[in-house]
Amino acid sequence: MTVLQKKSENPIAHLTAEDIEELGRQLDAIRAQVVASRGDRDAAYIRKVIDVQRKLELSSRAVLLFSLFPPAWLAGTAGLSVAKILENMEIGHNVMHGQWDWMRDPKIHSTTWEWDNASPAEQWKHSHNELHHTYTNVIGRDNDLGYGIMRVDEDQRWYPFYLAQPLWNFINACFFEYGIAAYDLELGKNLRSKKRRSSPEFKARGKQVLRKIRGQVTKDYVAHPVLSGPSFLPTLTANATANLVRNLWTHSVIMCGHFPEGVETFERRSIQGETRGEWYLRQMLGSANISGGRAMHIMSGNLSYQIEHHLFPDLPSNRYQEIAPKVQALFEQYGLRYTTGPLPAQVASAWAKVIRLSLPNDFVESATKKLGRKATRPAARLLSLVREATEQDADEVTDDREPDLVAV
Amino acid sequence: MTTLVHGSSSAGSLRKRLKDRAWQVAGYVTTPLVPSDYLDMLSPLRTGADLRARVVEVHPETRDAVTLVLRPGGSWRGHVPGQYIRIGLDVEGVRQWRAYSLTSPVERTDACIAITVKAIPDGVVSNHVVQRVRPGDLVHLDQATGDFTLPASRPEKVLFVTAGSGITPVMGMLRNHLHELDDVVVVHSAPTRDDVIFGPELRRLAARGQVRLVEQHTDDEGMLDAPALAALVPDLAERETWACGPTGLLDLLEEHWDSRGLADRLHTERFRPTVVVAGEGGTVRFTGNGTVVESDGATPILDAGEAAGVLMPSGCRMGICYGCVLPLREGAVRDLRNGDVTTAAPGDGVRIQTCISAAAGNCDIDL
Repeated sequence: MTVLQKKSENPIAHLTAEDIEELGRQLDAIRAQVVASRGDRDAAYIRKVIDVQRKLELSSRAVLLFSLFPPAWLAGTAGLSVAKILENMEIGHNVMHGQWDWMRDPKIHSTTWEWDNASPAEQWKHSHNELHHTYTNVIGRDNDLGYGIMRVDEDQRWYPFYLAQPLWNFINACFFEYGIAAYDLELGKNLRSKKRRSSPEFKARGKQVLRKIRGQVTKDYVAHPVLSGPSFLPTLTANATANLVRNLWTHSVIMCGHFPEGVETFERRSIQGETRGEWYLRQMLGSANISGGRAMHIMSGNLSYQIEHHLFPDLPSNRYQEIAPKVQALFEQYGLRYTTGPLPAQVASAWAKVIRLSLPNDFVESATKKLGRKATRPAARLLSLVREATEQDADEVTDDREPDLVAV
Repeated sequence: MTTLVHGSSSAGSLRKRLKDRAWQVAGYVTTPLVPSDYLDMLSPLRTGADLRARVVEVHPETRDAVTLVLRPGGSWRGHVPGQYIRIGLDVEGVRQWRAYSLTSPVERTDACIAITVKAIPDGVVSNHVVQRVRPGDLVHLDQATGDFTLPASRPEKVLFVTAGSGITPVMGMLRNHLHELDDVVVVHSAPTRDDVIFGPELRRLAARGQVRLVEQHTDDEGMLDAPALAALVPDLAERETWACGPTGLLDLLEEHWDSRGLADRLHTERFRPTVVVAGEGGTVRFTGNGTVVESDGATPILDAGEAAGVLMPSGCRMGICYGCVLPLREGAVRDLRNGDVTTAAPGDGVRIQTCISAAAGNCDIDL
């Protein structure tokens, strides 16, 4: 994909400014209807999810006290994986978005919730709620477009580092909670210069992250194994596996949000003076859903309704399913593409993009052309191909910044 | 031997230190949650938990008032008759806090406490209590507080002037102290005879000669005024007086007692919640550093605060990221996106997004 502004067939060319404002008003009305009807049923929902999650975690950890026995290891690890996924996705992410602040419960509130993840809530909220949700899919502003270690759009400049991006993506997936912590710290950018490294603000945030990591590591790899006595080692591996499963699952679901084919990206300049209606429109076109049943919805933290979530990040997650038909109707009314698909298809689409864009744009085309024209000496030929490809790429680039590398 | 003097307290503080340490170690296992997050699921009323109570009994007093009998958790510190508690209930999913006087004997064998709630028109919590609360419900609580209580040396002659639900703190005092009082007059106003909360009990006390009860049924007899009261209780100047009821009644009593130079013999408890009337703009006070800003009804509090040099947390500045949330301790604000008004009284626990909220009256922001 390239930014919407440079596409030959602009998917919003048929919309007038008044159309977009009317769309905004209709979306505001959907939001108002949900806000007016929030009540007992919704409060009971989140309390139930929290109750189930905590009981599942407690019982899984209790079972893992006997993890020497393979059935206990399996059952406990499975239960703990689900518990961690529920806590991060349906509970933590949504509570931190302020979706449940309206209940005025100090224990279920965006200002107090700390989630079971290496990244401190405060830093996650900044990079996710504030930056990602405001600048969604804007090249050069939304770092979720590749997390600083990959390129996911033709309009992001190519560097040789990206040749290995399928590997970086896989590593990030395995250690995703640490990837998020590093990302929230903007580690790549901040470690690069001495001035940034030694800034008191960065140091304070770094300390906060280390403190969170210490608590998490102690819990999963020291405290619970120690409590298990003779099952020390199996409990440790069980907890590591549960964290890994959580990382792989959440990484996959999150990739499906903005990487599959059909999702639009936007030029940095295009959001200057953006109206409310235009912001809504960018959220609609820059997000993708995952189709599935109830299990899919709850295990993805209702990010199977990524479009609805991006339109209304602070509405209770249990309501996204209810408003999805109305939102889809608006897509139809305004002739827009509602990007969705089953999980395997969306994950495959996202990975295909990561693999394709690890190479420079039009690499395959120019490679075959060159191969056809030039004669012998394959090595020199290959080199010249790469050089020409990168030079060609430089002409098209709109984003001049170096990528934020998490690790160099 | 000087060490022996401090023996017991150092053992106590050692026990406390060990307990704190054990709690800290338990935290390694539950982080980022704390042990009470799990313990609350199993035993929400245990000592050391946030104060809560289980509703044990709900029984009607009149057509629009019910008594709730509550069993408080182990952290309950008891009360002095006449005091009130704040109770937190989830109504339509939202945690609401209200204050109600305790009416129960302090020495109840079942260690329960009781409050009596009268439904007021459009009252969110009072109507919920009267219509929806059931035995078994869990409610949140604050420790008893207030100084609407009898002094340690009981007065010889006492007058209680009440109206409507204002009888509740007085009932608390009567149920606990009547045997210590020789001369009690109760003047109570209610629309009709059947609307008198605790009517049967009060009339029994009167029949036994323990109190002199004067009922003013305002539907027929009109509202009580100062001359009427003076006629009903000729020796009111000699009586230590406690009054509780609507603002109108308390205002006229205070005026009457003041005009006779008897202000220190009158004790009042005002029940009506401060009614916050939403307007356009107002004075915004930041409670932390005392900065006061005049703000109009179209300026976000975030902008107003920053213009006055207050360091405010912020994020997207468009209402989606919740990076600007601050406690609204008291007052009213309006959502600039859709006009919704949010009001708060101290203790309500209301938090607002300052980037999309404008002052709709005076408001106090905790920062």
